[in-house]
Amino acid sequence: MSIFDGLKFRKVVSPIHNLDPRIKFIYVIVIFIVAILFNQIIPLLILFFMQLPFVFLAHVQKQWIRSLRGAAFLATFIFVVNILTTYFMSNYTLTAVNVESAAAMTLRFVVLVESFSVFFLTTSPDHLGLALEQSRIPYEFAFAFTTAVRFVPVLAEEAQTIMDAQKARGLELEKGNILKRIRNYIPILIPLIVSAIRRSLELAEAMESRAWGACRKRTNLYELKLHRGDLVLLTITLGVLAIAVYVNLFVSIPTLSSFF
Amino acid sequence: MIETENIHYSYPNKVEALKGVSLTIKDGEFVAIMGQNGAGKSTFVKHFNGLLKPSSGAVKIDGVETTKSSVAALARNVGFVFQNPDHQLFSETVEEEIAFALKNFGFEPKVVEERVTWALNLLSLTQYRKTSPFLLSGGERKRVALASVLAWNPKTLILDEPTIGQDYEQKEKLRQFIMQMQTQKKTIVTVTHDVEFVAECNPRVILMKEGKIVADGIGREILTDPAKLELSSIVLPQIAQVFAKLSAFGFPKDIIDIYEAKTLLLQTKERHSK
Repeated sequence: MSIFDGLKFRKVVSPIHNLDPRIKFIYVIVIFIVAILFNQIIPLLILFFMQLPFVFLAHVQKQWIRSLRGAAFLATFIFVVNILTTYFMSNYTLTAVNVESAAAMTLRFVVLVESFSVFFLTTSPDHLGLALEQSRIPYEFAFAFTTAVRFVPVLAEEAQTIMDAQKARGLELEKGNILKRIRNYIPILIPLIVSAIRRSLELAEAMESRAWGACRKRTNLYELKLHRGDLVLLTITLGVLAIAVYVNLFVSIPTLSSFF
Repeated sequence: MIETENIHYSYPNKVEALKGVSLTIKDGEFVAIMGQNGAGKSTFVKHFNGLLKPSSGAVKIDGVETTKSSVAALARNVGFVFQNPDHQLFSETVEEEIAFALKNFGFEPKVVEERVTWALNLLSLTQYRKTSPFLLSGGERKRVALASVLAWNPKTLILDEPTIGQDYEQKEKLRQFIMQMQTQKKTIVTVTHDVEFVAECNPRVILMKEGKIVADGIGREILTDPAKLELSSIVLPQIAQVFAKLSAFGFPKDIIDIYEAKTLLLQTKERHSK
């Protein structure tokens, strides 16, 4: 469950935590778009290293590394599938360029995980809800979204209990070939899904009995305001987007292997 | 036999849940572990089938250290029934749910069939054999969970909060069932807050507080000692409360059994009517 730990918000005082969640979200979306724009390794490497100052400024190195470790399995999978497909598509030859493009695809995924992890690690669910509401998203959707985010750690804990309960009945998760191992997770997924559904129904009842949605117009105690730091981040973000689009259109990017 | 030697356990978030617990539970014993929320009771019993391994110290089941064995191998002898049955039910029918563990342990299909029938019968679930466990009531689901563990007939049985959400009749059935297991020389360890239930069963009682054992003795002694119970935020069972008040009139204080209480009171009545 380490990948969930890498997304869990913890209260820390840092310049990154204090940024406006809306601007941070725009930043993450821009990183997402830029990562999709490029499939060469050099710009993706730059994107990867660009995030590091944020990680260090926010003091979330440990959790960030944990989220990357959690993504390692999927990253390896992406790499292997890319290598295999290019290998079969190019008549059973494996060139340095092929390896590099597979690495780039993997790195693209890692960059996405990395930026989302920084966003969730430094944005409290309350702030997130506030940001959604003040971006004119209907309250019902904003609420559903923040609730989903908030319940991730609860579900992770529940998954652990379920795993314990099934292990106590002799289930061995690590046993057997790949297919058997995937099947081993059925006794864990079914109780998890059932209890998530049951929990959501209970939550809905509890909320309705506390008059949820009784009043059309809601007010908030806190209002989000943009500060200087937010404007700086917004400028950087737009700059990154502009440069990325320019480079993508007018500059031919060399491959890493062409340097050797 | 379950032996723990000065075990400490810290969760990954650095919370130290056990701070040096040493305990020996002999074969055939019936033990109730009590204490306030967060005292470390569940953490402690999860060491008995290897779900948790101590950070320091040693846990031995029949002389074998749990660190040297897999959970599956330990579970064959130590059955663990979790508090919430919804954390384990996943099959389409009650029958398959009970057969799950038996298949994991590699029993022959014929034996699986026999054991399932036996367990269904034992917990009066036979009529639900082909029903989906998700359609059953809370109490019934709890019984299915219990049946699914009993089916492989483990030597030791750990019950985490077995009485929660059960009506009085089911509790009474559970008590009789535990007594029946006792006659078969099974070791039973239960984690519970239900002081009345413990008073009726009168097992060995262990009180825990903040990751340590603070009292260990026979139920009759511990459950009638307000000073000890207070350590773990437990109140006296109702009968003990009555006799604590009656002790001013020369009655003994250490009464937790309803039949014993009745006999004592009737004797007094007879003496007075003479």
